[in-house]
Amino acid sequence: MGAYLVRRTVLLFVTVLGVSIIIFSLMRIVPGNVADILFESSGYIDQEQKAKIEAELGLDKPLVQQYTGWIGGLLKGDFGFSYMSERPAISEIVPRMPVTFKLGALTLFFTIVFGIPLGVWSAVRQNGIVDNTLRMITLSALSLPSFWCGLLVLMFAVHVFGVIPIYSNEPRGIWHELALLSIPAFVVGFRSSALIVRLTRSSMLEVLRQDYIRTARAKGASEQTIHYHHALKNAVLPIITLLGIEASHLLGGLVVIETVFNIPGLGRYLVEAIRWRDYPIVQNLVLFSAFAVVITNFIVDMLYAVFDPRIKYSE
Amino acid sequence: MSPPPSDSTPHISNGSDAPDTSPAGSFEAELAKAGANVRSRRGMAVFLARRYPLGGVGLAIVLLFIFVAVFAPYITSHDPLSTNPAISLGAPSAASPMGTDFMGRDLFSRVVYGARTSLAVAFGATLLGVLFGVLIGLASGYLGGWVDLTTQRFIDMLQALPTLILAMAMAAALGPSLVNTIIAIAIPKLPSIARVIRANTLSLREMPFVEAARAMGMSEMRIALRHILPNTLAPLIVLATAGLGTAILVEASLSFLGLGVPEPHPSWGRMLSESAAEYVRTAPWLVIFPGLAITLAVFGTNLLGDALRDLLDPRQRTSN
Repeated sequence: MGAYLVRRTVLLFVTVLGVSIIIFSLMRIVPGNVADILFESSGYIDQEQKAKIEAELGLDKPLVQQYTGWIGGLLKGDFGFSYMSERPAISEIVPRMPVTFKLGALTLFFTIVFGIPLGVWSAVRQNGIVDNTLRMITLSALSLPSFWCGLLVLMFAVHVFGVIPIYSNEPRGIWHELALLSIPAFVVGFRSSALIVRLTRSSMLEVLRQDYIRTARAKGASEQTIHYHHALKNAVLPIITLLGIEASHLLGGLVVIETVFNIPGLGRYLVEAIRWRDYPIVQNLVLFSAFAVVITNFIVDMLYAVFDPRIKYSE
Repeated sequence: MSPPPSDSTPHISNGSDAPDTSPAGSFEAELAKAGANVRSRRGMAVFLARRYPLGGVGLAIVLLFIFVAVFAPYITSHDPLSTNPAISLGAPSAASPMGTDFMGRDLFSRVVYGARTSLAVAFGATLLGVLFGVLIGLASGYLGGWVDLTTQRFIDMLQALPTLILAMAMAAALGPSLVNTIIAIAIPKLPSIARVIRANTLSLREMPFVEAARAMGMSEMRIALRHILPNTLAPLIVLATAGLGTAILVEASLSFLGLGVPEPHPSWGRMLSESAAEYVRTAPWLVIFPGLAITLAVFGTNLLGDALRDLLDPRQRTSN
């Protein structure tokens, strides 16, 4: 176990380091930098001014030096300087984290709470009305772009309640905030839970055919116990894999939905930063999302061992 | 989680110059076993349509969108780009069945021409992703050694980025254009395609028919392209079809965020961003129709993809 953990941790850092090189190179193949954008709006380019701005931002240094400067800074907790706001990047990123984390947690909550029970229900009623209805709904959910779904919800709210449930900067109390975040979280979670329903269904169908389920029934266990205690426990591994993938890719979904619902989180900030070519912010945010992915994968692998005692990480 | 190997039965070289390694042979045999009349194409089509009615619906939807994209100028007489401030934000009427946008452009023509943009990006990105994914996967699986090791690490890194985030970063780096959007959407597709092809190649490499080909003195390149590649076609078709829907969604999301296909190409995603929150109140048709087009197109490819998976790749089935 110990050796495995060490190997995984090393691999984790190698991956993140590799991703940082990819991101850094990507940001540098852009024609033009922030100085060009600043001058674009004024209509002409003052070469002397431009050189001065580039020197101030460190853009005139060799690429390798810029890269090592970035990574070295990160290791020391220095996240660089936002060109856009002229403030340290960290003071722009950190205040936007809580709302994105809350939104992500709520999304996962909806995904699990709807996805797993509905998937079990669908499996035990295989080919029945419930099953077929759920299969049509989930297939439609997978085709629905989340931003359109969000716009439809906004439209519905406007026409029925006469208000737009858009996030205002200061929600009135925790319940108001929860209500405001639940709507976008549900919109994003709708798609993920559709995936979970489909996978839970097929995973359960495999397990429900096994002999020990018949044994459990013969012993007189209730259907509820059989489905959730005997069957789901053995069907849960692929579900955890998918949940892990969905969790690690959450930021991708939140980018869009934060834009629709005007939520001041990391996702919407990433879009703004990309538009302004604010390298320090874009680099750090994209690297952060890569870090979230590898950490989640790591946690998922550990969870396998928790849910299935047969899995041990040792050699 | 490594994907299961291809289900198509590999054929042992029959000694001719171009041995039959296409999976079509075994596919027809399987159909015949299931009771289809394989002697006529019509018989096979009827059998497939009965067996996979939803897949048929999906195929019909996809064909409909292709038809609309190809014959756009004959379907609508309005120019999707011509503006007319006099009818700005007009409600749906006989003259413009889906209404007009804030610049007075006919929304129906824009949705129709939007199919061109959307499908061009979806097919372009899928083709590009498949081409390079196959090259990487084949090289990685067939050559092995350090080539395999480096490509696998590189693929790990690409996979550490969520699809949309990677596409956003690519799109931002390359700048807005139709071709760049295609590239930006193709890159996140590489890992999954390369992985499946590699896994298949690894198992096929050890097959007797590959050994036979080598014994006949075929070059490694020829073995890889003529013998290994055709046997990975089935999972490749399944992956590519499933990827079409994702590509349409990612294009729409990118364009919605203002990072996708630029003007003057009409894009469904950008139509929604132009019409975002404020038109929800005043001009709901601007929100409803482009979104419906995206959803229907993706729904069609999803149905088709599901049916193809059941048909070609029985081991990857999610439903029984």
